[in-house]
Order: sequence, then structure tokens, then C-alpha cells
Amino acid sequence: MSKTIHKPTFISGDALEIPIFKVLKQDGTLYPKAVEPEMSKEFALKIYRDLAFIRVFDERMVSAQRQGRISFYMPCLGEEAASIGSAAALEAKDMVFAQYREQGTLRYRGFSTEQFMDQCFSNERDLGKGRQMPIHYGSNELNYMTISSPLGTQIPQASGYAYSQKLEGNKACTICYFGEGAASEGDFHAGLNMAAVLKCPTIFFCRNNGYAISTPASEQYIGDGIASRGVGYGIKTIRIDGNDLLAVYEATRVAREYAIEHNAPVLIEAMSYRLGAHSTSDDPTGYRSKEEEAKWATKDPVLRYKHWLTKKGWWDDEQENALYAEYREEILAQMKEAEKRPVNKIDDIITDVFDEPSAILESQLADLKSHIRKYPSAYPKTSGRLDS
Amino acid sequence: MSKINLLQAVNSALETAMREDEKCVCFGEDVGHFGGVFRATSHLQEKFGKDRVFNTPLVEQGILGFANGMAANGFKAVAEIQFADYIFPAFDQIVNETAKFRYRSGNEFNVGGLTVRTPYGGGIHGGHYHSQSPEAYFAHTPGLKVVVPRNPHQAKGLLLASIREDNPVIFFEPKRLYRASVGEVPEEDYEIPLGVAEVVEEGTDITLLAWGAQMEIITEAAKLAQEEGISCEVVDLRTIVPWDVETIVNSVKKTGRLIISHEATLTNGFGAEVAATVQEQAFLHLESPILRVCGMDVPYPLSHEAEYIPDASKVFEAIKHSMNY
Repeated sequence: MSKTIHKPTFISGDALEIPIFKVLKQDGTLYPKAVEPEMSKEFALKIYRDLAFIRVFDERMVSAQRQGRISFYMPCLGEEAASIGSAAALEAKDMVFAQYREQGTLRYRGFSTEQFMDQCFSNERDLGKGRQMPIHYGSNELNYMTISSPLGTQIPQASGYAYSQKLEGNKACTICYFGEGAASEGDFHAGLNMAAVLKCPTIFFCRNNGYAISTPASEQYIGDGIASRGVGYGIKTIRIDGNDLLAVYEATRVAREYAIEHNAPVLIEAMSYRLGAHSTSDDPTGYRSKEEEAKWATKDPVLRYKHWLTKKGWWDDEQENALYAEYREEILAQMKEAEKRPVNKIDDIITDVFDEPSAILESQLADLKSHIRKYPSAYPKTSGRLDS
Repeated sequence: MSKINLLQAVNSALETAMREDEKCVCFGEDVGHFGGVFRATSHLQEKFGKDRVFNTPLVEQGILGFANGMAANGFKAVAEIQFADYIFPAFDQIVNETAKFRYRSGNEFNVGGLTVRTPYGGGIHGGHYHSQSPEAYFAHTPGLKVVVPRNPHQAKGLLLASIREDNPVIFFEPKRLYRASVGEVPEEDYEIPLGVAEVVEEGTDITLLAWGAQMEIITEAAKLAQEEGISCEVVDLRTIVPWDVETIVNSVKKTGRLIISHEATLTNGFGAEVAATVQEQAFLHLESPILRVCGMDVPYPLSHEAEYIPDASKVFEAIKHSMNY
């Protein structure tokens, strides 16, 4: 029910002041009034190992793309805490709809080095059968919905998925990640409004990293970020420091409890900075300054969390060096193995379009195979194994 | 068996599907308590509850996104788009998401349980945005099945098959026939297979092919031709994708002539696909050019609806032209 007024009185677009939730300072100590979330040493170190893995993996894969070994890559440098901290607050039965910069969540869930590599090299062991560009991961076993390139499309899908989880009644929720640029898409509006109206246990997790390719957030929206919109949809909303793993973890943990208990969506806006390029096809020097990047480099989320672990006496330099060396070796070995593996057989060009190939598809495949037999040198990846 | 109209047949199919599977849900704009603007979902909310039959906010891209999400979790999501003219805001969800879901994930995930129901077609003074026949847009997208029934019996059997089918289906309902088409429909459960055309009337001189509401038109044209001693084979395509090439080609090999008729505009309409395929596969049997009797290449007009539509006299004229070639 609205109150009545009798003079035209407009509410300012920035009237709502949304604060930012922080727990950890950069030196690894807590803010005076902050409360440390409950975490066992084992759990805290599992998180750290995944942060370190993603850091090494990103670095190696960007190099691999530069050397022409893979066609494309997207790093998540500077945003590792957002994906891994939130993943740690969920249960395995919760569903994940990601955008593309959330490899940390997938690693946390147990995606192996080999599986990451097979997808990036589009070989015959890739769960996606080599059909999508690198970094479009997906795993049914790990409840990680296969990524697609069109931005924002996963947002209303996550609402629908969560609605079906509510009907199943097994106390699970769906988390949906997207960037602040994708939040400008119509599907953002559709997904959040539907989740609110239809009472879906969905956690909308916005990674606000300041840029959508070259477009700064100041050219993306003029309101108070993405969080202010959640309030307009009647959604419980919080803004957090996305470089603060403990804040990310704690906010997501509470959001999950609320979403499942009340069958209602929650919006988390995690403020961070995209320290790397948008992708291997992008060069940020064309649109932002080294000074700006250097400023954010001092807010490194992995280092901040490591300082906290070190202060607790759970981590030291010796362990650090051993872990990084282990990951470098493992990633290099898996890369060599993945790039040697062949692509799928040509028959898979028509499978999974439908549950069974239609007669028209079978006929197109037969035509293609006889063409390859006639011109084998034009199709070196498949011509040698048409009938094996 | 009882005589019911096409809307009641749709309603009966939905009730049958929802009764057998508690993971079958219906949603869209106004489908809840009100039962839909055409009343296709009448009384379903009373029977199955608000969790399974519900209104959504007015947002087509959201309805399809939501449906994709539910279907990805193994639900049979039956989404309604109020008019086929308003399916375009959901085009991205359908073409980039629904259609590619299984393929792009290597079958890790699929939305096979998804069915989109939507009233299509003209003849009701609907102007630009209550008359369109957009089937050809979807026929160009691998991964979708596209189905159009022509009467109540077809509507129930094809809709049940579509809902149970493990592939996403766009089900176009001829709204001009919602109440006008009445026929015998079994009360029990039955299915009509997808991907199979039906020879409705056998003939020897010329094949007439259409689907949905246009079947009524070509049947009328066939009667006019009959009076002139021309024997028409009348065929209902029923499924646009994947279409029954064999039945159509065999019919043309027998008659040597083909006319395709659809309400949608001519250029790049689905008739073009059929014509190209038939001339490839039955070239030596053709005795005259394949003709298409379709809507003109204009937005669907209001005042000139009678002139725009490919009516029986236009089809009859084409039959004579083909016979006299």
C-alpha cells in the first residue's frame, strides 16, 4: 500500500544507499566489527588450493593461446574469490548456471585438470564433444549447466530451474552468475522479475568487475550498480566486496539459507575488477590505464586470502611453492596429453541435434562421408577414421 | 468418442499429459485461473493446482527462458505464447538456447521436455500482429521440431506426441479453427506420430500440399477441381520439421504435379524448401513447374485480408494452370 502525497515529490535515483559488506582487509586481518565465518582448516585450504589452481591454469592457457595451441581463452584474474568463495557456500545438489568467467566454481566442484584441458582442446574426450569454443564448460555430474555464449540467457533459465527444484522439494537452489554488462540484457529483467513473482530459490550472483569488454560500468548504467535494481523487483539484495573471499562465502551461505527456507530469490552484487584482458581476443591498453590496473592489483583476492591463512598458521611459503610447482607440472603434462588426442569421429556432427538423428540428417552425413572419401587430404582430422 | 472443437481437444491433451506425469506443467500469460485468452487451459489450475498451472509476468523471453530451465531439469514444460506474432521476443531463447541445448552440451543436458504452444494464422481480422504464420523462421533452426494440426483429432494426438517427445517442439495452433473446427475426438489417450505426413484424399492428377488451417482451403479447391474432372491428391504435412520427404516425393512421382499452399508470405516460406527438395528428388516425374500459392510478401494487412490470403479460388486457379501447362 502506497502512502499518499499531495505535491509532486520525486524520489532521487540515488536515494537508496547500498553499503558494501567486507570482512577481510588486504593484509589478512579482519575489520574490527567483522565476524570470521566458521571454517575448518581443511575446508579453508581446499578453497585456497582451488584459487591457486585457477591462477596457474589461467596463466598457462593464455600462453597456450598466444602460442596458437588453442583458439581462444578467457581468464578470471582478480575475480577468483567471487566464484570459488560462493561455490564453497553451496551444496553439491545446488545447480550452477554460469556466464563464462566462473571456472573457479567448476574447479571447486571437482572438474579435473584433464576435463578442463579436453574442453579447451576440443578433443574426443571433451564432455561437449568438441562442439563449443574453449571455456564453454559443462558437467551433468557436477550440476554445472553447460555454458553458452549469448549473454544473459541463463538468467531466466536459472529461475525456471530453481522453480522446478522447489516443486521437487529437495531443498536445493540454483546459483546464477553474470557480469554487470549482461545485466543490461532484457533477460536479466525477465529472470529476476519471474523469480520474484514465482517464488524461485535462485541466487543471482552479479560479478561487477567494472568493464564489459571496453565499456566501463559508467557507460553501462547510471543507477546505483546492479544491487539497486534487486530492491525494485522485491528481491533481498546485498552488495559485497568480491575480492574478499570470506565476505563472498558468508553472504552466499546466508543467501542460500534464505532462498531455500523462503522459496525466494536473492541478489548478490560482488564488486571486483577484471585484472586480465576480456579474452585472448582483447587488449585492454586501448581503453584503460596502467595506473588503474596497478591500483586494483594491490587488492588481489588470492593474496588477501593467503595472508589470512598465513596469519592463522595454516599456510607457509614452503607449502605455497610446492603447490604452485605441482600445478604447473600437472597442467603442462595434461596439456601435452590433451593436444595429442584426436577430435570426435565425423558421425558426431549429426548426433544430439535431436535425441535421434532425423532421416534428413542421416542422408546429409552419408553425403559428407562420401565427399570426404573423395577428397581425403582436404579433411585430415577425419578422413583417416571414417569407418573405425 | 465425442464431438468437440479444437480448443477442447487441446485442453483434453493438456489434461491427459498433466494427469500422467506430475512433472508436466503449463504456464504463460493468463493461462492460470482465467484459463487462457482462448480458454485452452480452462480448469487446469483447479485440477492440478497453482504450482503446476500458473500465470507468468508478461515477458515472452522470460517465459521461454523459464521453460528452458524447467525442461533442463527433466520437467515437461508446456509454455504458451499468447499469439505466434509475439514469439519473436523469445526468438533468442528458442534459436540460440532451446534448439542448441543438447548439441552444444554433448548431451550432458537437454530440454527435450519443452513444448511451446502458440495460436497462429489469419482469417480473423487480426491485422499485423494477430495473424502471422512464423513456422519458416523456426524451420531454419536445427534442433527444433515444428508441428501444426488441422482439426481437433489431430490437435489432441499431435499435442500429446509433442509433449511426450524427447525433443523441443513448437506447436502452432490454427486459431481460426479453435471453435470453427469440430470433430470426433476419442476421450482416451492416443498419439499421432511426428514427422509423418497424411494423405487425406487420394488422387491421380496433381498433389496439393498444405498444413494447419490451410488444409481446409486446399480441400475446398480440390472439390472445385473435381467438378472439372481433375483428381487431386490432398496431403497434410502435419510436421514441418523434420518433414516427411518420402510421402511427398512419392505422391508427386505418382501425380507428376505439385502445388504447395501456405498462409505465410511466399519468399523463403517453407513451400520453397519443399519445392526445391521435390524437384531434386522427382525431377524426371514432374510434368509442370511446382507452384506455390502463398501469402503475398507484405505484412499481414487488415482491410485487404480477403485479397491477401491464398484462398480456394487462388489454389483452384493454380491447379488449372498446372494441369494446362
